[in-house]
Amino acid sequence: MQSPSANTETAPRPLIAEFRAATRRYGDVLAADALSIGIGRGEFLSFLGPSGCGKTTALRMLAGFETPTSGEVYLDGERVTEVPAYRRPVNMVFQHYALFPHLSVADNISYGLRQRRPRPDRAEVAQKVDRALAMVRLSGFGPRRIWEMSGGQQQRVALARAIVNEPKLLLLDEPLAALDRKLRREMQIELQTLQRQLGITFVLVTHDQEEALSMSDRICIMRGGRIVQSGSPNALYDQPVSRYVADFVGKSNFIDGIVTAQSGKDGQVETALGQRFAGRLSGSLEQGTKASLSIRPEQIGLTHAPRGGAEPVSVINRIFLGEHTEYLVRHATLGDLLVLVARQAEASEGGFAPGDAGFISWAPETGLILGQD
Amino acid sequence: MQRRLSTWLLLAPAGVWFAVMLVLPLCFVLVFSFGEREAAGGYVPAFTLEQYANLPTRGKAFLNTLILAPLGTLLSLLIAYPLAYFLAMRANPKWRTMLLILVIVPFWTSILIRSYAWIFILGGQGLPALIEWLGFGEVRLINTPFAVLTGIVYGYLPLMVLPVYVSLERLDKRLLEASADLGAPPLQGFLQVTLPLSLPGVATGCMLVFILLMGEFLIPAMLGGGKVFFIGNALVDLFLQSRNWAFGAAVAVTLVLIMLVTDTLYMWLMRRLGGAREDVSLM
Ligand SMILES: Nc1ncnc2c1ncn2[C@@H]1O[C@H](COP(=O)(O)OP(=O)(O)OP(=O)(O)O)[C@@H](O)[C@H]1O
Ligand SMILES: [Mg+2]
Repeated sequence: MQSPSANTETAPRPLIAEFRAATRRYGDVLAADALSIGIGRGEFLSFLGPSGCGKTTALRMLAGFETPTSGEVYLDGERVTEVPAYRRPVNMVFQHYALFPHLSVADNISYGLRQRRPRPDRAEVAQKVDRALAMVRLSGFGPRRIWEMSGGQQQRVALARAIVNEPKLLLLDEPLAALDRKLRREMQIELQTLQRQLGITFVLVTHDQEEALSMSDRICIMRGGRIVQSGSPNALYDQPVSRYVADFVGKSNFIDGIVTAQSGKDGQVETALGQRFAGRLSGSLEQGTKASLSIRPEQIGLTHAPRGGAEPVSVINRIFLGEHTEYLVRHATLGDLLVLVARQAEASEGGFAPGDAGFISWAPETGLILGQD
Repeated sequence: MQRRLSTWLLLAPAGVWFAVMLVLPLCFVLVFSFGEREAAGGYVPAFTLEQYANLPTRGKAFLNTLILAPLGTLLSLLIAYPLAYFLAMRANPKWRTMLLILVIVPFWTSILIRSYAWIFILGGQGLPALIEWLGFGEVRLINTPFAVLTGIVYGYLPLMVLPVYVSLERLDKRLLEASADLGAPPLQGFLQVTLPLSLPGVATGCMLVFILLMGEFLIPAMLGGGKVFFIGNALVDLFLQSRNWAFGAAVAVTLVLIMLVTDTLYMWLMRRLGGAREDVSLM
């Protein structure tokens, strides 16, 4: 599962929405910095990034709550840059749901339908509301008051209130952030199922990488108002373009140094202490530039006996994760490293306890040399 | 046990106060209202409904109060709501506190002094002179229901603005975004979200102003000039001037009864409008 270049914007589907150099400035802050990306019809796209990187701003420009300072927003082929939210065929699930406290569950859900002119007749509205309730597994909850619903139920009401309008684009701003872990996992699966059933394009904002990785067709990693890389979860995991992305998507170990050799795809990093490590080069890195060698924890083997090129470490901590065991090991010069050992490998090699000595090794081609920004 | 004691301690000061200053006098008034007037003024014990039979002689005062108090409340609301809306939704947060203080500033001087000012403004040398000078003919403003209403709205506006402001300020603005997101233009959003959610504040404001207006006597006395008078004025007259305590007591008891009935009706109505929300109460 490796696409030719992780950063190409060749969404195979026709575009339903598009940012063209959309920029949003708040005083000195560039909340969105020349965002350019197309969103394919029926796609599940996520914006992923740390707090304050501009995810919500991007979503709000799609919803119509923010007008870009410069640049354009397109929806279904039409330029909608200045079109107000109430005229856009787009619906949003708000982070704290923003359900109307003075309306019943059913009235909340029918709110969007009731704004249509000409007004759809009552029977039709009632029928659509019932169907939406069934879809989020809340049949029979229509007459309830909002405050009589649990957090997870309110979440689903918010979802029903949006999808009942059959929007061209469903925007979700950290919709699951307020739920506990187990419920969140359930809702993630429900959301995915729903998206496939409805065929609606979903745009999700999250700072939970696991959520983004497990749900999305494509992820845009954001930083400081910019998209630093976009691609499928696999592509981002296997071919991050920078240390920032590798750090954000999945766990990784980094060995910092300077590029000392390069030939084609292969390169070498030399640490400050003069240790040299080979790896694959990501992009073109000049000799002498600062770089990091990134090695995923599952690529590292942990053994009792030294093998060729193995480095001695001492085991600091062991976390049992079921199918895997995660070790934190300490190397004299490389510092602390994470090692993920599969259950079978551990069974054949024998486990380690904190304090034990061991040796780590990895295949040079699994190391990725990344630019440091 | 400890808890019960502290509950009693919490309630004691207000309880004693209300018993001595409210319940006791009310009992006196009730007893007086069935009595008779002494020739020289004052009270003679008796048990007669004569005073209540006499109520129609003060019909005008009841009528004025029952028309002008609700009307004054409504007018205050119509003026206060947009102002409160502006303060809560539009005003720059930096200036908001400042503007709110400006709303309350009139309270810093006595209503008596402010009403004197209105006597001059509405009197012959004031607005009417200006209107005549502009060629709109001769008008009389002072000592009319209009003058009394003006005074009422002026005097009670802050009491209406504040609760409405509080309810609008507390309104979760994200609800309005949700409304727009679901396709409602701004006016619809106001009608379907802002207005219903600000009703508790409206209810509180109306209640406050209405209750106080029902007992008002200063503004009608000064701006109504004996021509437009409230029940309050009738009471002042009966107790202090003609010293007809028994009849005065009957008028007072009737006023209390009217208040009880209207307030109960009003609360019932608000509860219905609020859609049986648990927290409808007053705010
Ligand atoms: N209304 C505003 N006024 C001023 N600055 C703003 C405003 N909205 C956002 N910003 C700034 O723009 C930047 C991006 O904000 P945004 O809300 O898009 O971040 P985010 O990625 O959604 O973060 P989070 O994960 O915390 O929600 C932040 O630095 C923020 O402080
Ligand atoms: Mg956000």
